[in-house]
Amino acid sequence: MLEYVYQATGLLLLAFSLQSFLDNNNPKRIGSGLFWLIYGLTFIFGAMMPNWVTGVMVLMLTALAAGGFMGIGNYGTTSDVERKKSAAVLKNKLFVPAIVVPAGTVLISQLTPLGALVGLGISSIAAIIVALVITKSQPMHSLNEGRRLIDSIGWAAILSQFLAALGYLFNQAGVGDTVASIVKLMIPENMLLVKVVAYCVGMTLFTVVMGNAFAAFAVITTGIGIPLLILDHSGNAAIIGVLGMLSGYCGTLMTPMAANFNVVPAALLELKNKHHVIMMQVIPGLLILTFNIFLMYSFAF
Amino acid sequence: MIDLWPLIGIVIITVGLALKQNTLLVILTAGVATGLVADIAVMDILSALGQSFTQNRYMSLFILVLPMIGILERYGLRQRAEDLIGSMKKASVAKILMTYLLLRKITNGMGLNIGGHPSMIRPLIAPMSEAAAEKASPNLADEKRQTIRALSAASENFGNFFSQLLFIGTGGLLLIKGVMGDNQLDVKLETMALWALPTAVVSFVVFGIYTKYISVRLEKDISTSQTPQSTEER
Repeated sequence: MLEYVYQATGLLLLAFSLQSFLDNNNPKRIGSGLFWLIYGLTFIFGAMMPNWVTGVMVLMLTALAAGGFMGIGNYGTTSDVERKKSAAVLKNKLFVPAIVVPAGTVLISQLTPLGALVGLGISSIAAIIVALVITKSQPMHSLNEGRRLIDSIGWAAILSQFLAALGYLFNQAGVGDTVASIVKLMIPENMLLVKVVAYCVGMTLFTVVMGNAFAAFAVITTGIGIPLLILDHSGNAAIIGVLGMLSGYCGTLMTPMAANFNVVPAALLELKNKHHVIMMQVIPGLLILTFNIFLMYSFAF
Repeated sequence: MIDLWPLIGIVIITVGLALKQNTLLVILTAGVATGLVADIAVMDILSALGQSFTQNRYMSLFILVLPMIGILERYGLRQRAEDLIGSMKKASVAKILMTYLLLRKITNGMGLNIGGHPSMIRPLIAPMSEAAAEKASPNLADEKRQTIRALSAASENFGNFFSQLLFIGTGGLLLIKGVMGDNQLDVKLETMALWALPTAVVSFVVFGIYTKYISVRLEKDISTSQTPQSTEER
């Protein structure tokens, strides 16, 4: 069943790809079109192709992204004035389709044996239909607007899957074991609190260095979180994972490496000190980190 | 002695990102280098890459939500959010920022991204906060305006980061599920979304107290040293 949801996603990507190829306003329409085409194919045929073929396709996606072959096109979207007008008519009804997704996902995962991921897929498609009914819009518009969003995300759309692949290779190569033994050297005692602090602070520091909590998560969780907390102390993987990620976000608040969140806004707001936003965020960020550590230590074991 | 070679990937990522190379390229290089160091054949690295990429397709299921969000934006989702915030004309700095934070958290929890520094903070939240501070204490020094703007930018990040994991289909939760799954640990999306709630609430409270503290400090500064600053501004 889940495979159908992937194929639906793949078909949507193929539609984006076709539109990209035909979009004369996108100076890089071939690159954009190819990127969504290849990506869509990995969704539709991923389970049927030999893995190395998918691996080659991943290399092609990287080449298209790193070579700067992707661009922005024309999506025939509405102007600010038109949007204001329709917002005044539709009011809070605009939020209704958005509620369909989380509500539908929870309902399907609780009441049927399909699971949350299939629930998410079905609810997403239902939400598109609800949105079309409420706004009385044409289905074609939803494709164009969806492509507008995916083009603005660009190659970052596949970042999560990429980081997961990195984590997988790290696992195969035993990176986690190396990190774990280094951390164990630094923590001679078998104290749980020290390990929790090492994991959460490790997530924060690594995110500061890498500028990306997702990248830090794959490394630090396989290196510290899983061996030292989940396996050694039979900790709850869901709680540890979530609070680890949230500790990483505390790091995002404190690093110029996360330029989009911290440095670009400073420029946008014409601040004289380009680190003003970061300075503002350090103290509350550390408070939230402390709370995460406390919460994990109290409830995950 | 610990063999440090497996850590080559971490070094490559750190250096590569610091040199502002394309993130995908850096990650790919790091992964391949780590595999080679561990004596994994090139063909097997390629297979591992493909296998993991296929296995983790669910991380990108957010793509299916995009047409819905796009259509809502087409019909003024963001403008509706602006209306909701803009309707409070007489509010204080703290009230404006906290209302924005709350709205941002709730919509984020539904998987909607109504915010952003270019689309909400620069045109709406920062000017409204500045105007509110100006009303409370005329002749606001430039330095203090800067602080209020920086605080507005921070409110976007706090709202965005600490409510993202409340949405069941968000990339962050799916990544956690994937990394845990690689290690034969099964985690449920619903459970994880629930455990993101305490931090979402506490970050709201922490930011509220912090904002209050900053605005009280700004006002105090103004009342003690008003004369020199107002002449300085001319």
